[in-house]
Amino acid sequence: MSKPEPWQKAEVPGPMKALVISKPEAVVAMIKSAKRPLFIVGPESAEREIAGEKEIDQLIQIAKAGKIPIVATSRAVIDFTRRNYDPALWMPAVDIANRLRDPKWMGVKGEGQHDLALFAGMQYYVEWLLLSGLKHFGDVRTVSFGRFYQPHANWSFPNLDEKEWEQNLRAVRNGFGRVK
Amino acid sequence: MSKKALQLKVEELRTEIALLKNLEITVGRIYEETWSEKIGPTPFPSLLDLREWDLKLLERYQPFYMPFCDLCCLCTTGKCDLTKQKRGGCGLDISGQQSRMVLITECIGASTHIAHARHLVDHLIEKHGHDCSINVGQNIEVEAPIIRTVCAIRPKTLEDLEDVLEYAESQITGLLAATATGQEESNIDFESKILHAGMIDHVAMEAADIAQVSAMGFPRADPDAPLAEIGFGTVDVSKPTILVIGHNVLPAAAIMDYIDSQKMYGQIEVAGICCTAHDVTRYNPKAKIVGPLSWQLRFIRSGLPDLIVLDEQCIRADTLIEAQKIKAPVIVTSDKNCAELANRTADDINEIVADLVSGKALGVLILNPEKVGEVAVRAVREVAPKRSKFKNLPNQDRLVAMAKKCSGCSECRRACPNDLLIPEAMAFAARGNVAPLSELLNGCIGCAKCESACPNRVPVHSLIVSAAGEALSQERYKIRVGRGGIQDVEIRKVGRPIVLGEIPGIVAFVGCSNYPHGGCEVAEMAEEFLKRRFIVTSSGCAAMSIAMHTNENGKNIYESYPGAFDAGCISNVGSCVANSHVAGAAMKIASIFARRDLRGNYEEVADYVLNRVGAVGVAWGAMSQKAAAIAGGCWRLGIPIVVGPHGMKYRRMLLGRKDRENDWYVYDARTGAKTYVGPAPEHLFYAAETKEEAIVMIAKLCMRPNDTSKGRAIKLTHYVDLHKRLFGVVPDDIHLFVRRVSDIPMTMKNEIEKILVQKEWKERIIPDPTLLTRLVRRRKE
Repeated sequence: MSKPEPWQKAEVPGPMKALVISKPEAVVAMIKSAKRPLFIVGPESAEREIAGEKEIDQLIQIAKAGKIPIVATSRAVIDFTRRNYDPALWMPAVDIANRLRDPKWMGVKGEGQHDLALFAGMQYYVEWLLLSGLKHFGDVRTVSFGRFYQPHANWSFPNLDEKEWEQNLRAVRNGFGRVK
Repeated sequence: MSKKALQLKVEELRTEIALLKNLEITVGRIYEETWSEKIGPTPFPSLLDLREWDLKLLERYQPFYMPFCDLCCLCTTGKCDLTKQKRGGCGLDISGQQSRMVLITECIGASTHIAHARHLVDHLIEKHGHDCSINVGQNIEVEAPIIRTVCAIRPKTLEDLEDVLEYAESQITGLLAATATGQEESNIDFESKILHAGMIDHVAMEAADIAQVSAMGFPRADPDAPLAEIGFGTVDVSKPTILVIGHNVLPAAAIMDYIDSQKMYGQIEVAGICCTAHDVTRYNPKAKIVGPLSWQLRFIRSGLPDLIVLDEQCIRADTLIEAQKIKAPVIVTSDKNCAELANRTADDINEIVADLVSGKALGVLILNPEKVGEVAVRAVREVAPKRSKFKNLPNQDRLVAMAKKCSGCSECRRACPNDLLIPEAMAFAARGNVAPLSELLNGCIGCAKCESACPNRVPVHSLIVSAAGEALSQERYKIRVGRGGIQDVEIRKVGRPIVLGEIPGIVAFVGCSNYPHGGCEVAEMAEEFLKRRFIVTSSGCAAMSIAMHTNENGKNIYESYPGAFDAGCISNVGSCVANSHVAGAAMKIASIFARRDLRGNYEEVADYVLNRVGAVGVAWGAMSQKAAAIAGGCWRLGIPIVVGPHGMKYRRMLLGRKDRENDWYVYDARTGAKTYVGPAPEHLFYAAETKEEAIVMIAKLCMRPNDTSKGRAIKLTHYVDLHKRLFGVVPDDIHLFVRRVSDIPMTMKNEIEKILVQKEWKERIIPDPTLLTRLVRRRKE
């Protein structure tokens, strides 16, 4: 694994940087201990491939395994529905981030604000900026599921090669046991 | 003109108590009374005069900050860590700091346009006189809607614009002062000042464009403005070629004048990049446009320009270095960019030309546009044969050899704003296949950060351009030159259907070329709305990108759709400063169609536009501070702006919350009753991740509370249809936009009624909407 530095090198944040996920089991534990985790998945997930499979397909498996509702941003909703998977909501990326910073928002199921937000499938700089907004103005803990280190998340993978990324995602999925 | 100085001179005055000689009294300035329209509440508004309006907007459209940096490094107390609402040494928190940075951005943008306008107006007064009339076209009585609304004057001559610019200069000074350490502390008051800066920016842009339209003979609100050539391949490389870059047309126009005076048309090519290119073709359509601002490096390195003339704004700061590599002399012409070159403004022209031709001077600073014209033309004729189009691009063999130096470290990719897969393409090139490298050019914004990042000094951008050389040489398109303003008669024709919603919206494609996936996306978006018979306008680099893509018949949008301000037509208004005509058109709808007073009546006009005029600005490649200022003027006027994903880097959005019902009440001006109108428009400043998302959101943001049922049904048809086509599902918020059963599009009745039942929807009234209590005609009893 490479050292944790922002993938786009000029995007140096400030003193508070994401902790590196060195073991994917830690992510599983975070999700399991969260009251209301939420997956926010962007349209790039349908473009990128991981070990011959689209990223979105891997994320769906994780969401199903961990029973995590998904918010699809931008045009990603069409890619979910094509796979016969109904996201809990579809919403612009800036809108879901704006709601996640609001302690009064009742979440995607109307049960209360989410305490853990997992981000994936976005352009690097888009995710970087959304996470920055939540770092400063939200109480929600954030995890980046992308291949590259996201310094504004609470937790992020370091910069990974494709194989390492696939292994990590698979480990997270397997951490929830078999999907029925 | 609406105000004049009162000056009283008395040579001798005898009274019972005194004898006064040479008495001179000046009583400031008084308003001229030849304009019968009464002055509204806010002529020449101060920083605070429109604050109440701003607070109304900001309560509904609250800022969502995405800090670009967690620190503040503006004073010596710092650096200060502002993470998670910590306060810096001055007491400011991260919200305040972000809004302060946005205000600084807006002030930079607005001051750029103000200084540009000031230079134009001063020069044109010097050339044509103070009394040179403002003439922006036939059939136009409302010649300057923004200036009328903000400044409460009707500019009749260039001299009148001096008053306008004095006002703008004073406001920007005050706004910038508010950003100093130890001044404004509230992010919301910073935001109000941001809106003020944006409004001032629109005033300056309008002053600049009506000055140049009036005095330089640009098309005057002409829907049939001529077509000019655009594209890399349109430049006749066999001729001496002058490249003009920037935004201030005066030097480029003087070049055209000198060519004309010497009867040298056809012997010399004048090609432009960025807004100077727009304006020089408005001045003389024989000039050519190379492309948007991101075309600078690729064109210079191609070696095609024999001489480069820079004016101001959007110029790369390494132009002199790049020009030296192709042995092309440079003439800088603005006090805003002197490039450390000697000021030769007062020197003999023969000497300057000789120095440039011999290479004794790599470049010169000349502040007199007419002198620039003569020097540039005379010098290029002598330089061109010597250069023989010497280029700074590798040939195929050299390209492959250079690609072999790539170690695959990915530093280039990590510097690339669009995360282009350069290392992979470079690996193919090293094996002799340059096609993948060539394909990167479409997504390349021409910043060349890849080269700066490369540890092996591979000239990555040059390799991409070289690989794509054949495609570049095929760039040959037509663009309708900037038409300027919108005629009153056009407004009369479309005012009613726009306000009632029957024309589904006005979509303005504006701004720079910092696109996430190339300029083709702008052309695709524009065509989508043209086919749907929206009114489409274009300007700046976006107008160029729209021109540079053709349909299956080989025609582009300007060749396929009329140039009127009408449904299913596209108006290229011109350069950045011509953006003022789009905001002005929205104001003219209030004035000409609805007979609202403009004069010093900004708040009421903005209230009208927000609630009635379904206009949306799209800055898909917004990059600059100027683009931010243009957006700021639109926000205060109630016109939402959609930017591409890079636009998030402006670090804050203005987002509505459709789930908060209380945010979407207006007053019914008929009764004073507070009435829910749904989230229309939902956002004021919004970044989309993809063009599909932008298209859907644009259609949605065109909805306004005042839409009639027929109009709302038309708008909903587009919104639902686009949502289904691009997202694959029916929108989940449709119940918020259906007010009456009659709003439901007939063709979607069954589908939508089912959703309305699920959502327990109830009919509601369509009010005469306003946010201003003073506009309520009769109080509810």
